[in-house]
Amino acid sequence: MTTGPERASPVTRRGCLALGAATALSALGRQGPSGRARAQAPDSAEGPPPVGRLWDPARAGRPLPPVTAADNDAAIQALEKQIHCTCGCNLDVYTCRTTDFTCTVSPALHQHVLALAGQGLSGPEIIDQFVREHGVAILMAPPKRGFNLLGYLLPPVATIIAAGVLIVVLRRWTVRPASGRAQPAADPGATPEELERLRRELDRLSV
Amino acid sequence: MTVLGNLGLWLALLFGVWGAVTGFAGGRTSRPDLAESARRAVFAMCGALAVAVIALEWALFQHDFNVEYVAAYTSRNLPIFYTWSALYAGQKGSLLFWATVLSFFGSLALLFTAPRHRDLLPYVAGVVCTVAAFFVSVMLFGQANPFARLPYTPLDGSGLNPQLQNPGMVFHPPMLYLGYISITIPFAFAIAALLSNRLDGDWLVAIRKWTLLSWLFLSIGICLGMWWAYVELGWGGYWAWDPVENASLLPWLTMTAFLHSVMIQEKRGMLKKWNLALILGSWLLSILGTFITRSGVISSVHSFTQSNVGYFFLFFLIATAAASYALYVTRLPLLLAESRLESMVSREASFLFNNLVFVAIAFSVLWGTLFPILSEWVRGTKITVGPPFFNTVNVPLGLLLLALTGMGPLIAWRRASLPNLRRQFAVPLTAGGFTLLVLLVGGMRDLYALLAIALGGFVAATIAQEFGRGTSARHRQYGEPYLLAFARLVARNRRRYGGYIVHAGMVFLFVAFAGMAFKTETEATLRPGESVSLKSPYGQSYSFTHLGISQYDALNRQVTAATVEVRLDGRRIGFLTPEKRQHVDALGRPTFQPSTEPAIMSMLREDLYGVLGGTVNGTEQAVFRFTINPLVWWVWYGGLVVALGGLIVMWPGGTPAARRAQAGYAVRLVEPTRP
Repeated sequence: MTTGPERASPVTRRGCLALGAATALSALGRQGPSGRARAQAPDSAEGPPPVGRLWDPARAGRPLPPVTAADNDAAIQALEKQIHCTCGCNLDVYTCRTTDFTCTVSPALHQHVLALAGQGLSGPEIIDQFVREHGVAILMAPPKRGFNLLGYLLPPVATIIAAGVLIVVLRRWTVRPASGRAQPAADPGATPEELERLRRELDRLSV
Repeated sequence: MTVLGNLGLWLALLFGVWGAVTGFAGGRTSRPDLAESARRAVFAMCGALAVAVIALEWALFQHDFNVEYVAAYTSRNLPIFYTWSALYAGQKGSLLFWATVLSFFGSLALLFTAPRHRDLLPYVAGVVCTVAAFFVSVMLFGQANPFARLPYTPLDGSGLNPQLQNPGMVFHPPMLYLGYISITIPFAFAIAALLSNRLDGDWLVAIRKWTLLSWLFLSIGICLGMWWAYVELGWGGYWAWDPVENASLLPWLTMTAFLHSVMIQEKRGMLKKWNLALILGSWLLSILGTFITRSGVISSVHSFTQSNVGYFFLFFLIATAAASYALYVTRLPLLLAESRLESMVSREASFLFNNLVFVAIAFSVLWGTLFPILSEWVRGTKITVGPPFFNTVNVPLGLLLLALTGMGPLIAWRRASLPNLRRQFAVPLTAGGFTLLVLLVGGMRDLYALLAIALGGFVAATIAQEFGRGTSARHRQYGEPYLLAFARLVARNRRRYGGYIVHAGMVFLFVAFAGMAFKTETEATLRPGESVSLKSPYGQSYSFTHLGISQYDALNRQVTAATVEVRLDGRRIGFLTPEKRQHVDALGRPTFQPSTEPAIMSMLREDLYGVLGGTVNGTEQAVFRFTINPLVWWVWYGGLVVALGGLIVMWPGGTPAARRAQAGYAVRLVEPTRP
């Protein structure tokens, strides 16, 4: 790819010299006042392993705080999955926050959930607090009361009613043997076995 | 070239208006000269729009950043495939793509429709011209002209949204568009049948391939969309009940219902009203989807920029819905059934219940999608209707549909006797029950997952039984080896057995959906050398060890990639390399916010999904999310099987006997030679 001249050659001669000087100073500094090197830390030393700096941290996006135990708390996650992120993504707070970690709104909402939980509020109380602050649109699904019941009940009720209507219509459509209006024109000489075979053949060829 | 493009659009509009007028007039007056003129207008419109597409592609490849569309969606360093696909990446280009493909499909329909449907063709040309002319007029009068120029020329364009820079972008949108657009052809034939009063089953024969094609494109487009969402967006799922996803599902549901119920009309001459309503409804739903995507009325991650284009679509939707159904109502007396149902326990009745469930799911999806608007109108309160709502309402209906998928093929046409039912259901019910038992003994307790997998076992057994019986019958009757008998069984009755293969694909999909109930995930901050473990639902332990981060330049982006070693119960099985990408233009300037590229290790049983969230204080200490997604691979496999089944169903040819059977002709009973 094409980049600017300063990015095309990140290590310049001046940079090399500076790096060399820094390395020499660092080596001197390690020896301490007595000039004796410190003992090397064993591999199995306790504590976190060393960590290097990135060449260009800006490329890695926004710096993030370390994950805490509360971030993986199943109860907190369950709560956050009920809360709608307001960044315009249509996702819940947990999913939005952990999708690509670029959203700045969902981490703030997450911190708010943690703060409320830290104050000793229960799950429903936290949800209620969010509704008070942001309105009912903050919920991933509308509460099952009032007008919203129409939203929940109409599809199943309409389906049940439609099924009932369909059964009634089918009963009306169904030809009674007595009426004989649309009876299949069977050969009067056909035996029941032959009729059954005919039916099987029809089944076989049916699509 | 933009002059040529504009000329192409204006000519297309003129041809479209002319074709619409002469098409309807030619059909009404039965004047062959007008009919021929309408036909030629469709071809001419296709040619003019093709010129416009070539002009836009030329501008895209020439990096003519004075063209606003080119500057908005491409940059000099954009890979060539994405430069090409920028044609439909934005609102304006996709409108041009839509109109062009529609006129092309219209031309194909006029060229290849059998001569016996000649009476319908002027109307078909009229409808195609009307719809295509509408799309062109939106471009010309709705501030959506892809050839609009800027008052200045930027040095480089903004580039394509990073999330669109995925192979899915090249295939998913066109497939979905092709699905939406091709519904217009069956719709045009339906309107032609209504206008010409030729409401026998003949128009159904003319649209048969088109309905299958449309359904196939929609199916592939939806599956590709799920795959794209999964591999690109980073949330570890593939379906979020987003309004635009719902918009693509709606016509698929009604088209699938039609593909089942049309068999009843072909075989028995019943459900004429219902089938017409389904075709009209499917097309209107495709326009509704376009309105939802382009209006900004409903919040969606997929939406194009909010513009006044949506109001054009709303007007068009209302006008065409009113006109279509008014016409439909006037023709109802002509749409009488030719025969009646013989029994409530019959294939016909089961198909009707299957249609009911399809339409119920479509209604509930539509209802959930539009309910926020209704709530705001009625109560002035904004609400959010997300996955919890859709899952609550649709999962039971989906399971009912899966059950009917297994039951339908087991019930005989016309009337099923009790012994017949017993014989047909014995093995599948046993298989379903056994599956349920195994799952319960294995410790599974999630109700929906249990039902989905057990019903999957039932349906799979149904399909296996159908294939097994058919193959055995051929083996017995013709002495063919089993493999040959199987191949010929499918080849001789592609519609039936292709349909069963589609059902098999649906079983894979439902079982895979159930797998997501057992998704496990964790967030972790890891320094190089540190690990985090995650237990899979199968009881195994995966460990993820952060090895380090590298940064490098690639194509049009600056990449920060973490390398994570994956071990399964202590044994190394591979590496994940999730990335952060900072896209840049040709001058090295960042074009978008850094995006995330998840790393996925796919296995038959589960996927390991890693996301690099970011780094801590500019060091190699990084924040990760690791997810175990069970059975995801089977979603893609199921999609492939569905597509394969669809292709088999619509593959041309077959034996004359099979074609007669498909067309609903009588069956001849061959008497065996008696000694």
